[in-house]
Formats: sequence, C-alpha cells, structure tokens
Amino acid sequence: MKAHSKAGLIYDHNHDGVDRRGFLKCMAWAGTGALCVMKAGVLRSASLSGISGATAGTAGELRFVQISDSHMGFNKPANQDVVGTLKAAVEKINALPQAPEFLLHTGDISHLSRPEEFEAVEQILKSCVAKEVFYVPGEHDVINDDGAQFLERFGKGSHGAGWRSFDKNGVHFIGLVNVMNLKAGGLGSLGAEQLEWLEGDVKGLGASTPIVVFAHIPLWNVYPQWGWGTEDSAQALGYLKRFGSVTVLNGHIHQTMQKIEGQVTFHTAASTAFPQPPPGQAQGPGPMTVPAEQLRQLLGITDVNYLRGQQALAIVDSKLG
Amino acid sequence: MKCVHAVGVMAIFISVSGLFVTAAEREEKSIKAEIKIDNFAFTPTELTVKAGTTVEWVNRDDIPHVVVSDDKKTFKSKALDTDDKFSYTFTTPGTYSYFCSVHPKMTGRVVVQ
Repeated sequence: MKAHSKAGLIYDHNHDGVDRRGFLKCMAWAGTGALCVMKAGVLRSASLSGISGATAGTAGELRFVQISDSHMGFNKPANQDVVGTLKAAVEKINALPQAPEFLLHTGDISHLSRPEEFEAVEQILKSCVAKEVFYVPGEHDVINDDGAQFLERFGKGSHGAGWRSFDKNGVHFIGLVNVMNLKAGGLGSLGAEQLEWLEGDVKGLGASTPIVVFAHIPLWNVYPQWGWGTEDSAQALGYLKRFGSVTVLNGHIHQTMQKIEGQVTFHTAASTAFPQPPPGQAQGPGPMTVPAEQLRQLLGITDVNYLRGQQALAIVDSKLG
Repeated sequence: MKCVHAVGVMAIFISVSGLFVTAAEREEKSIKAEIKIDNFAFTPTELTVKAGTTVEWVNRDDIPHVVVSDDKKTFKSKALDTDDKFSYTFTTPGTYSYFCSVHPKMTGRVVVQ
C-alpha cells in the first residue's frame, strides 16, 4: 500500500533488497500534505485538502507538533536563510486551527553545535504558541563535545545522553538518543544502557497506553546505504510490541516518509532548513539545491493529533510554502 | 681583483646550491597526500603512503564531517565545515582505518609502508 503524492514520487521498499513481506506501507513525500490514519489496523490515507476539515473540526484530546532539522548556522546554496524558514515554521504552527500543547524537536537543532546556533533556535521558538519544547539531539548537535552543550541546554530531566519519557493526556512519550558512540561502518545506535532504561520505562504500562517514540535517526531501515537506520532499533521496538498503538517520529532524512508495520506507525518529518534527495536518488545524502521558489514546498512541520478511544494518531505534514 | 671576484661568485653559487639541496631534503621528509571528502565519501577510499607522510583531508561537502581513526585515539579532527582541512602525519607503518564519526557509513583506510 502506498500513498501517492501529487508529484507522483513513490519510493517502493519492496525493491530495495530488504524483505518486508506482510508490512503495510504508506509513504508520504515531502510537501504532499498526505495524511495517514490507522484505526484498528485499517490504514486510511487522504490528501491534506480532503482531510483538513475533518481534523480541524475535531477537537483532539492532545495535539502537538514535531519540527526537525533546523540546522541553524547552515548557509550554503540549498538555503541561505535557515532563520527565515524556521520563523516561517513557527508562523505555520501559530496559524494552526487548534494550538498544539507542545513541540517535539527531533534533532539537528544546530549545524555545528555552536552555542549561538542553539541560542538562535531557542529564541525563535519563544514566539511559538506552544511554549514547551522537548528536544532529542541529532548528530550535528553533539559534533565536538559528545553532547555536553546539548545536555546542559535541553537535557533537564533526562537520563544518560538525553533520553527521557513523560506523559501527556494518557499518552506516553519516549525521547531516544541514537546519535552517540557511532561505530565505523555502522548506523544510528541506541546502546545497551539506553535499551535497558527503555525496557524498565515501559514495564509498568498497560498495553492500551498509546506510545509515541521520538528520535533523530529513523528507527526503521529507510536506506542503510546512506546510514538512514538504527542498528539496534529492533530491540527497542521489541519492548513496545505488546502495545496497541505505537507512533515513531523521526527526522534526519529531510523528507516525509511513512510506514505502517503492525500496530506501529513510523513517520519522518521534513526539515525546516533544506531538503535531501529521496533514497538512492543522488550520489550522496547531501543538501539538495532546488529553485528558490520551490524550497518552502519541500520544508515543513508535522502536526499530530490524538483522539482518545479511537486508538489513532492523525499525522499531517504541512509544507512551509 | 678579478680573481677575488670570481671566488666570490663561486662562493655564492655553492651556498645557493646548498640551499636547494636543503629544500629538496625537507620536501622529501614531509611528503603530503590529500584525501578529498565529497558526496559523503573519502577519495581515495584507500591511500598508500610512505612512513612520514602527512595526509591532509579536505572537506568539499556542504555538510560538516569529522575524521576519526577506528580506535578513536590515534587521530581525530574537529568538525570540518566546508573547505576545512585536517592533517595527520603517519610515522609508523601499518594500516589505519578511519571513518566519519557523524556519518559512520563513510569509511576509509591509509596504508603506511
């Protein structure tokens, strides 16, 4: 099962050499505004224009927004105004019909872990209607100091390298860190200490508790050749197997993509800074330079709405331009 | 007078050629080799050099990279932004595997003879 974008861009994982038989898939590409909702195992998708009335009109139990990959400090041709596009993302959030309760930032807050880069993002996000922001680091946020600055600024209440959990309106949120202690030739990594913490964290929860996991690098193998996956994610997901509703939100790949696997919905958010090419569609995963008028159509925010009793988290990607 | 002048010219010639020799010797001792970082790859992926060679990595990507030996001890660069360089002089023969600590799929080797 595939979700079609208006541009007709589809990446079919059946042809990437990885066996994913039995998986339901729904891919939504950057800027398409596709929505995928899972209700009792049935995947429904619709275009943003077709669903916006329904989601806007339904007062959700919990609404939050994910932003990702703001890369503050980046100034190359792919986007020489990452301040402007992050501000546009905040304006987009502030204009949503229902204000989100909080934000999740799934990493690469900064481009080079510079204090002024972190500071700029914090300042810009202060003008957002949602005042509370939960961050997990991307590899660019831990680049010179193993994440010391990240922890000092954003790690309050977290464990280890910045992993944490918290509850909102009956939903259990888990922020994971998969950008530390990476090994040569490897993928993203959670590590034994964090996995042990995760196992203990969810132990006492009822199976009907909706779970939202957020981390920087995808927790599913999007495209391992470019490092777009996490080597020990299967173990983490194993601890979440018994739960009826698990939503996994990631960034890192600078494009939206979604996959449904059993009761787990995987979703990656667009960047607010610059797009990256679809998997395997370029020599490498570097910034993709597009004509200026197209840039904001490839950047965006992800709006997530939880409706109690429906066991569904509605995920809507909105482009900036 | 003429004779003295000729000796003087000879002395200058000898000292200049002596300088040349010294410069050439210095060149010999600090051979340089370059590894380019481009499109999330090290080029050449495997480089063979003589002991004493200084290898310089230069980042031509729009994304920062970090060059680090597999043991994370022998050498490690700071974050290399676009056009930033990092050098390391290999004095002992052996095979040195390294990678980019932020994009670990990027790997390379320097073989020192």
